[in-house]
Amino acid sequence: MAEPILQVKDLVKHFPVTQGIVVQRTIGQVKAVDGVSFDLMHGETLGVVGESGCGKSTLAQVLMCLTPPTAGQAFYRGQDIFKLRGSALRRIRRQIQIVLQDPYTSLNPRMTVGDIIGEPFEIHTEVAPKGDRRRRVQELLEVVGLSPEHINRYPHQFSGGQRQRIGIARALALKPEIIICDEPVSALDVSIQAQVMNLLGDLQRELDLSYMFIAHDLSVVRHLSDRVAVMYLGKIAEIGTEDQIYEHPTHPYTQALLSAVPVPDPTLRGRREVIRLIGDVPSPIDPPSGCRFRTRCWKAQDICAETEPPLLAPVSDDVFLDSHPSACHFAEERPHVVV
Amino acid sequence: MSEPTIASQVEVRHVEAIVGESPSAEAPQQKPDKADKPRSLWSDAWYDLRRRPLFIVASALIALVLLMVLVPQLFTSADPYYADLARSKQLPSANAWFGYDVQGHDMFSRTIYASRASVIVGLLATLFTVLVGGAAGMISGFYGGLLDAVMSRIADVFFGLPFILGGIIILTTFRSDSPTLAEAMLVLVGTIAMLSWPVAMRITRSAAITVKQQDYVKAARALGASDGRIIVRHMLPNCLAPMMVYATIALGAFIGAEATLSYLGIGLPPGTISWGVMINDAKDYIRVAPHMLIFPAAFLTTTVLAFVMLGDVVRQALDPKLR
Amino acid sequence: MTTTNEGQGPLLEVRDLHVEFHTRDGIARVLNGVSFSVDVGETLAVLGESGSGKSVTAQTIMGILDMPPGKITKGEIFFRGKDMLKMSEEERRGIRASGIAMIFQDALSALNPVFTVGFQIAEQLRLRRGMNKKDALKRAVELLDLVKIPNAAGRVKQYPHEFSGGMRQRAMIAMSLALDPEVLIADEPTTALDVTVQAQIMDLLAELRRERNMGMILITHDLGVVADVADRIAVMYAGRIVEHADVFSLYRQPCHPYTAALLESMPRLDLKGQELATIKGLPPNLLRPPSGCPFHPRCRMAVDQCVAEVPQLITLGMDRLSRCFRAEEMITNG
Repeated sequence: MAEPILQVKDLVKHFPVTQGIVVQRTIGQVKAVDGVSFDLMHGETLGVVGESGCGKSTLAQVLMCLTPPTAGQAFYRGQDIFKLRGSALRRIRRQIQIVLQDPYTSLNPRMTVGDIIGEPFEIHTEVAPKGDRRRRVQELLEVVGLSPEHINRYPHQFSGGQRQRIGIARALALKPEIIICDEPVSALDVSIQAQVMNLLGDLQRELDLSYMFIAHDLSVVRHLSDRVAVMYLGKIAEIGTEDQIYEHPTHPYTQALLSAVPVPDPTLRGRREVIRLIGDVPSPIDPPSGCRFRTRCWKAQDICAETEPPLLAPVSDDVFLDSHPSACHFAEERPHVVV
Repeated sequence: MSEPTIASQVEVRHVEAIVGESPSAEAPQQKPDKADKPRSLWSDAWYDLRRRPLFIVASALIALVLLMVLVPQLFTSADPYYADLARSKQLPSANAWFGYDVQGHDMFSRTIYASRASVIVGLLATLFTVLVGGAAGMISGFYGGLLDAVMSRIADVFFGLPFILGGIIILTTFRSDSPTLAEAMLVLVGTIAMLSWPVAMRITRSAAITVKQQDYVKAARALGASDGRIIVRHMLPNCLAPMMVYATIALGAFIGAEATLSYLGIGLPPGTISWGVMINDAKDYIRVAPHMLIFPAAFLTTTVLAFVMLGDVVRQALDPKLR
Repeated sequence: MTTTNEGQGPLLEVRDLHVEFHTRDGIARVLNGVSFSVDVGETLAVLGESGSGKSVTAQTIMGILDMPPGKITKGEIFFRGKDMLKMSEEERRGIRASGIAMIFQDALSALNPVFTVGFQIAEQLRLRRGMNKKDALKRAVELLDLVKIPNAAGRVKQYPHEFSGGMRQRAMIAMSLALDPEVLIADEPTTALDVTVQAQIMDLLAELRRERNMGMILITHDLGVVADVADRIAVMYAGRIVEHADVFSLYRQPCHPYTAALLESMPRLDLKGQELATIKGLPPNLLRPPSGCPFHPRCRMAVDQCVAEVPQLITLGMDRLSRCFRAEEMITNG
């Protein structure tokens, strides 16, 4: 886990809001991702959590080159992937793959499972010779825990969890190094969710994969991640190891988010300290000035509206304090956020 | 807000959740023999269709019409072109089931043979309409942006022309005075297609826009699939259903359009046999020889109706929400 | 039978409810004898995964089940001692309007987009309570205020799409409270919401239940949410209640292998480095359910008896029921 395999620097993605039918006028910008930087290390899982509208899914799409960034860079082994075109871009696609959220819409209903998992080989013909493909598809089916005999079936003949496995097999086909998982288990039932999460964990160990794991469920992210980035309104609020984020959060948003997650233990009822945030997430078209969280923050002061807090580890005299970057002017650990 | 509104919101969701998902998904465990057969959405729709009486009636009628087109001799031995003025306007009898027309042609034979021109015009017009409109809609929906805006406005111009008025203008301008049958057919087909493609385009375009946003298109892009590949492998198969429904209904409508334009005297030339031409021939004798109008009109209506019914059941079979 | 003693017994009682769905591939038995009751001021959670029948139960009580394909083949639903399934349509509608109310997962599609929120709340009051337009709108403002929507007077004039997700859910709760229901059925009320907003909505529901002394049926798949608010829990699997217990006993000592496995397969925020147990296999196909106990193909405790016989609900103590042959063993072995 030494060197970073993917380095993202100041990534910005704004979507113009337009009006008009033939001549379109831009009337605003949805600031979906607004200056995000992080490193993904080789072999690790970086969890990205946040509520809807925080930009985590847009981040995935930009990194997959599905939509061009407004600004910023992303280096895969030192190469800026946003500058690549044509065959160079195709080569990178072999290394970075995606598993999508909805197992019902992520598979083409008119294609058989064999065609779906075999499509990567048809696009990247150099990966597997034609005669070899069917066998490769069957191998992949086995890898994700499905029967190779299912190769001729159609997606609607499978349940949600099985479909998600098909989606994972498709992502694995080109033997990528990085897999971006965009909410891969949030559409699944609890009993199936655990199966898919365990599968992702096993595959990572066996195939030496690096994951960027995007989810809104903090418990799921904690279970799989080595490091976690918490996003709020297009920015990273706090980033650190799983332990730092879950046991020692310093950003008020992270603290509130963690305290709001219900814990399946009725004996803790009324005994947990729960921070209740007021109101909803503001619109990303017109985010608050300064710190974006200040409108819902109980710590907010004048400075929060004026200066945007940088994502930095708080300076501390205590050399033993294990500090991590947190974008808050008043970053401070709260005792016992999670009981 | 009363219960019905809320009820209607919930219905589709739970029927799908309970009935749609589990049976097909879990079938393999219990009954491997049956479920191992791949079941595409098309074969599901076909399975569904075969159980609908309306489908059986409509397709039987269409099969009958097609048989008339291909082998009219099967139905009648009389020559549709043989005229004997002596039997002009004779009413139906055991000898001639549909009677004779003004010129003394056998009406039964003529009505059977007329299916050929009508159905060919309908088929060709549908083919052109679907190809032109489908391609335009697919490109427009897939690429979007300025291209879509420009193409949609062009389509709107054609869409704005009233069908009959547009047909009269185009046909009176481009039709030569004494065209051969092939010429007349070509111009007629072209006219119908020119006035109808915007409808096909709109249907394909909206289907394409829906499909384009599906995650499997996103996944294919992430794999590095080219635009052409995405259109052919992912967009086209998933946009086909609404196109097929439109094509079926349009085929019926175009057979009607041929009759309308031929009745107005600007469709197929008078010498040919088509239902429209026959109705045109009958127009001066409706009081004295109503059979001259009734039989071709009945055949025309039944054929159009059969295609419209077929389109309707196909739509129901292909739309899983209506199941 | 207790059909006559009105005012006594539980507020809402469902007895031996059977529902079938007639599909192209055959008959799916979606509910196979579901019984439970809710009393004044208490919260019953109905917990289950998709296809367990939890939403069908709610829809059957509300009378919004689609028939066909659905069909109630057996069972009774008593509201204040009267069987709703035997009532006239008129009577039933009266109860559904003011006795039992329901809120849905997707507030956006449950609200009509072409009318203002205020109009939609006021409409019910005018229809059912005979209020005039002005009073009804005034009451609508009060209701929006009650569910803590800021600037309620201004908000009544807005359309659903102008509300954020959390606000929309609040508006729907306000609407469901308009006719002062005695039972509130909440079908996955927070599934579509973010976690911070979910906490707000659950707090609001708990508070309203307390203040108005309503009975509440909370239908959910989320074991976390349930632990925070429910008094009793009914766990459903394949159209049956497989375990029923008060919330504390259920989490401390589940008495059905399915409940136990669910608890173990859920990733928990407060446990680090937890090994996730999984439930093998898939939920049953209701068209061809497995023989005996429907959970036996996925159960790690299954014995021969489970394949052969359908287990009945066994009483294990105060309000504790389990549909498992080995339930007593589970208790003694801890």
